[in-house]
Amino acid sequence: MSIRERLSGNEAVATAMKQINPDVVAAFPITPSTEIPQYFSTFVANGSVDTEFVAVESEHSAMSACIGAQAAGARAMTATSANGLSLMWEMIYIASSLRLPMVMNLVNRAVSGPLNIHNDHSDAMGVRDSGWIMLFSENNQEAYDNNLMAHRIAEHKDVQLPVMICQDGFITSHSIENIELEDDETVKKFVGEYHPEHYLLNRKEPIAVGPLDLQGYLFEHKTQQANAMRNAKKVIEEVSKDFEKLTGRKYSFFEEYKLDDAEIAIVCMNSTAGTTKFVVDELRSKGVKAGLLKIRMFRPFPTVEVAKALSHLKAVAVLDKSDSLNGAGGALYEDVVSSMYVAGNNVPMVNYVYGIGGRDTKSDDIESVYTDLQEIAKTGKIDNPYRYLGLRKGDAK
Amino acid sequence: MPYNLKEVVANKPSRFTAGHRMCAGCGAPVVGRMVLRALKEEDHAVIANATGCMEVSTFIYPYSAWTDSFIHTAFECAGATLSGAEAAYVSLKKQGKLPEDEHTKFIAFGGDGGTYDIGIQSLSGAMERGHDMVYVCYDNGAYMNTGIQRSSATPKFADTTTSPAGKVIPGKMQSRKDLTEIMVSHHLPYVAQTLALNPFKDLYEKAEKAIYTKGPAFLNVMAPCPRGWGYATDELMQINKLAADTCYWPLYEVVDGKYHITYKPAKKLPIEEFLKPQKRFRHMFKPGNEWMIEEFQKEVDRRWQDLLDLEEVTNK
Repeated sequence: MSIRERLSGNEAVATAMKQINPDVVAAFPITPSTEIPQYFSTFVANGSVDTEFVAVESEHSAMSACIGAQAAGARAMTATSANGLSLMWEMIYIASSLRLPMVMNLVNRAVSGPLNIHNDHSDAMGVRDSGWIMLFSENNQEAYDNNLMAHRIAEHKDVQLPVMICQDGFITSHSIENIELEDDETVKKFVGEYHPEHYLLNRKEPIAVGPLDLQGYLFEHKTQQANAMRNAKKVIEEVSKDFEKLTGRKYSFFEEYKLDDAEIAIVCMNSTAGTTKFVVDELRSKGVKAGLLKIRMFRPFPTVEVAKALSHLKAVAVLDKSDSLNGAGGALYEDVVSSMYVAGNNVPMVNYVYGIGGRDTKSDDIESVYTDLQEIAKTGKIDNPYRYLGLRKGDAK
Repeated sequence: MPYNLKEVVANKPSRFTAGHRMCAGCGAPVVGRMVLRALKEEDHAVIANATGCMEVSTFIYPYSAWTDSFIHTAFECAGATLSGAEAAYVSLKKQGKLPEDEHTKFIAFGGDGGTYDIGIQSLSGAMERGHDMVYVCYDNGAYMNTGIQRSSATPKFADTTTSPAGKVIPGKMQSRKDLTEIMVSHHLPYVAQTLALNPFKDLYEKAEKAIYTKGPAFLNVMAPCPRGWGYATDELMQINKLAADTCYWPLYEVVDGKYHITYKPAKKLPIEEFLKPQKRFRHMFKPGNEWMIEEFQKEVDRRWQDLLDLEEVTNK
């Protein structure tokens, strides 16, 4: 039986962590994810969890301690944002290469510089090929639900990879919204116990972790990692189905909102999907066949499925909340475009970089994208596929 | 407890095994093997290693020289990595998920690069948080793994590949950082400085105390490097002895803030005795460079006197 509550995104994550009751949490405060370790240390102080909370001196040590803990045989969790993730960067790759199924909440924020504490996706995009499964969350509910599913995905024998759960800093991390929680017992049962096959604390089978891995072996080991990421797709599908059976809340690789019969569509991630749904509804009431594809599973990227879901459209806009500074286009755009190309789908596609550094993205902005798409659908012409949304004119020369 | 060190060495199986690829005449494997000998046979250990000579020579996939559980992650974070493993142990033990009567000890090894320099933050954090672990620095006074670059542990005037003794600048121009004292300032239950002085009694006993003192402990162990220091491989033990007898590397421990010098040479030798056999100090013996030896001697004397004073003051 679900419990109705009102929680912020950070509270929702902390609540999920309390119910998951991980063995070790190591974290360092950084806006806007600070509240997560803050709430969690209260649970520790009050004895509501069995967790050892390691109040590390940096994010680099947070990830290092999580690696040590998970390799030792414990379930480890952490949370961070932006520069915290940047400082972890070295260890992010090591965590996934050691095949350690830990879970991290990334409350998305612009990476310095210059310093900015507000939301965009530049932090997540910086680690998009680091071997972590990456799930994005539109709101507090999805952040909570993704946490409940994450350990089962990560720990599955065919996967054994860490999971990163993203949500938008401040926009969802700090706004209080309605949420449906599962009771503690239900969560405990769903998440299950962690029984690693090999771990440091198993004195009956001492192991060595993190070798010097030279020309004769590294290639195969990296390919095993790549295969685990491929395997994750099926496992994410299975776990999401189990979760739907339990809660009635449906999750798959992405959400299709009025996409079936749509002629034009936006592809985006996290909270912008909420604004986009509102605009889609408005446009639909005016007879415009607008739709939305909201990516939930960004890594592994569901190339075949995305290409299929967008194949019938007359024009598509991909919204990137991070500029790739590569002269070619945003990361999500490139993934969607190559998925479409490989599938042989010739749909006109444009990219909008938007919301950088927390720039507000209003429904009018989203509507302007659909207006552009209508024009593209009509003419089939794209003068410049790499565009900006909400950028002040004249200042960005 | 009375014991016979010879018997310990002869009878306790080595937990750091032969077949590793460290250089002949290197001081580090001697340290690793002896520290692990101080473990009770029935205790399991989780060993963390910072990236460095020791790591890349002892765990080359698919071979490991370690019979205990071992983890290496990166250069600067052996302290944090091991603190996570220790936290896991505390948590799982508390939850009854590990046998109550079996014990695991946590030991980190890092060179001076991974400890004095890039890893000092991670080390300081782990020690301050009070994890029940030992951090062992094998200090060979430079980044030997990458090819003898200067570190903050490199002694003044030493010739390294990034502080070369040139025509204008005669080697490293800064003094060694005193990491042992930095660790003492963390107010840990046990801090010690030692080296492999025959018959290893000092090293063995300090390792045992460090491992079996509850809470965080730090061991700073001088470990000469034949390539970086420029000595013949069979001179290792002699170099160690000269470091102790010149008081270049004083042997002492600090237990709950009380200093105890564990080796006071009957005759304190002049520093030339230590410097002379090492090629890295060769330029100090050229005519006109006598001032360098004098200055070096003064610094050694000052630090030795400080230590004598600290021993007196803290035991009053």
